[in-house]
Amino acid sequence: MMAVKIYSKYDKVKYLRKEALPTALCPGCGGGTVLNAFANALDELNLDPRDVVVVSGIGCSAWIASPYFLADTLHTTHGRAIAFATGVKVGLPDKKVVVISGDGDLASIGGNHLLHAARRNIDITVILVNNFIYGMTGGQVAPTTPFGAITTTSPYRNIEHPLQISETVAAAGASYVARWTTAHIYQLITSIKKALQVKGFSLVEVISQCPVQYGRRNKMKEPAEMLRWFLKNSISLSKAKKMSPEELEGKFIIGEIVNRQRPEFTEEINKLIEEVADRYGLGDDNAD
Amino acid sequence: MIIRGDEPEQLRLLRKLYKPGNYFMQGNEAVAYGALFAGCRFYAGYPITPSSEIAETMARELPKLRGYYLQMEDEIGSIAAMIGASWTGFKVMTATAGPGFSLMQENLGYAVMTETPLVLVDVQRSGPSTGQATKGAQGDFFQARWGTHGDHPIIAVSPVSVEDAFWETIRAFNMAEKLRTPVIVLFDGVIAHTREQIRIPDVSEVEITYRKLPASEKEAKLPFGDPHGDGIPPMPLFGRGYFTHVTGSTHKENGLRDVYTQEVHDRLVRRIHRKIEEHKEEIQKWDEYFTDDMDILIVSWGVSARPSLGAVLKAREEGIRAGIFVPKTVHPFPGKRMKELSKNVRAILVPEMNLGQLILEVQRYVNDNIVIKGVNKIGGVPLRVDEILREIRGVA
Repeated sequence: MMAVKIYSKYDKVKYLRKEALPTALCPGCGGGTVLNAFANALDELNLDPRDVVVVSGIGCSAWIASPYFLADTLHTTHGRAIAFATGVKVGLPDKKVVVISGDGDLASIGGNHLLHAARRNIDITVILVNNFIYGMTGGQVAPTTPFGAITTTSPYRNIEHPLQISETVAAAGASYVARWTTAHIYQLITSIKKALQVKGFSLVEVISQCPVQYGRRNKMKEPAEMLRWFLKNSISLSKAKKMSPEELEGKFIIGEIVNRQRPEFTEEINKLIEEVADRYGLGDDNAD
Repeated sequence: MIIRGDEPEQLRLLRKLYKPGNYFMQGNEAVAYGALFAGCRFYAGYPITPSSEIAETMARELPKLRGYYLQMEDEIGSIAAMIGASWTGFKVMTATAGPGFSLMQENLGYAVMTETPLVLVDVQRSGPSTGQATKGAQGDFFQARWGTHGDHPIIAVSPVSVEDAFWETIRAFNMAEKLRTPVIVLFDGVIAHTREQIRIPDVSEVEITYRKLPASEKEAKLPFGDPHGDGIPPMPLFGRGYFTHVTGSTHKENGLRDVYTQEVHDRLVRRIHRKIEEHKEEIQKWDEYFTDDMDILIVSWGVSARPSLGAVLKAREEGIRAGIFVPKTVHPFPGKRMKELSKNVRAILVPEMNLGQLILEVQRYVNDNIVIKGVNKIGGVPLRVDEILREIRGVA
């Protein structure tokens, strides 16, 4: 009851599954910002949530929209959300199929599905929430953890370098890729809107704060400190192009990385079915 | 557009493409045609010997029936994609072999927990590990039963011939749809690559089932409830405005997660068991020959049931009173019938292409005073009639 009261003040509450509230997200988590940005993007596009299927995997970020978002929601196994979403999209090519999940889920254990969905260019929108950490399991090092950072499984310092998710997915063939942080809310909403409208695979990488598991161990225990860190270290694409890899270490390149037209998978597969029907003369017998 | 397989347009296409009559084909092809007749219009897979002809046949035939073939990046993605497609309303299938089956186990458990109908064909090959990749075996009896973690029921069928593969695949689909559950076709590399005669029927001879859909908004709001008392909830498909929530976590009848209440988990997992248990009689299927007057019983399955029957026939010619019991449904194992048959025999032989798996299930249902002996052969070569006959003579 308490929850209903609090959330009734939120103007996008109609997009939420009220019986699932309050959310399980920690105070100061960036997940709420992402959920808000997603709800605003749908609202501005005037999209009916009945035309949206949300798929997620395992981890804190998988919880952002599932079960909280009021749509068909498929909460899957660890790392496999994009592969599940592939089947959903083939079955429902006219619906918006959106994957919202984390960096560990989508870029580590599920990294191969991410690459191949981008290569296939299937019309799925992925909102990948990158908080540099495995939050739900207690703050272990991830393939996205910045070099040198302290985590529960890199207690001295992280000796690995993080995967550049957006650049990798762009190289794999996605139609649309953008990266923002939770401190760039309007740009984020605009990019989610574009991603939803683009025909083909789209990725919006959101750098997000986890003050509890990441910030606390890296001298940023207040959420606001993390947001200031994002703002201070965000570099626009055009600026980044003039910088050396050494200068870019520890920076967040923000902006639209690609936005292009490429053949889309479900359109191709349906085109193929028509070609096969023509080739074997399988049309309606009465029409002959 | 979601295709169930029983639409007039689909029946027209099936008739036009596949004329009834006798054909000479491989076991793997028969599985694929069985799936097409059962209404499967979505296949996601990853190549692996000795199952690949199933994928090849589906890739060639599915588009003709306006169905979808997807080659995924691995086996994990394959079962994931088909679970996603099943929630949109498709009848779905994948085929693999031992190593790929191992990779699919986690999502197989997800399908059990979320009550997602699907058919998973495991063309058993010689293991462990890469083993003899091109050779058949029967080593996945318990991988099928207990491969995924946690308490769970499972249905697995095991065909004995090419024609049987066609019909058992159809039966697998019908059970998956009716009971809202994954069903395994526990095939083997020997029959998969055997070519023999098969009669392709007219579509009117094939009975097919489609899952229960919610009859009302109220039913749709309980995707994991039991509104009909049969343990099988109607399935509120995606894209129909129901706002269905599906999770592999322990969930309440409305689909929402509750992992803290003991009763919720107990109720959910027990119902999932109950829906299989209460339909056991119709799930279990077996063949038996010469069981009216026998001293020695052969219990065998899949490819090994063939030389076993040959050995029983030879033994009868020699005056040995042997009979044979062949479970076609291997899980849940038809234990009741096994027990009945064991009462009048002196010895039981269990021929199989492994070092003793089905035999463990047989032992559970048979009294200690009856001799139970395995006839086991591994290395990718099927048992021969004379090898089994020798063992029969040994206990006669």
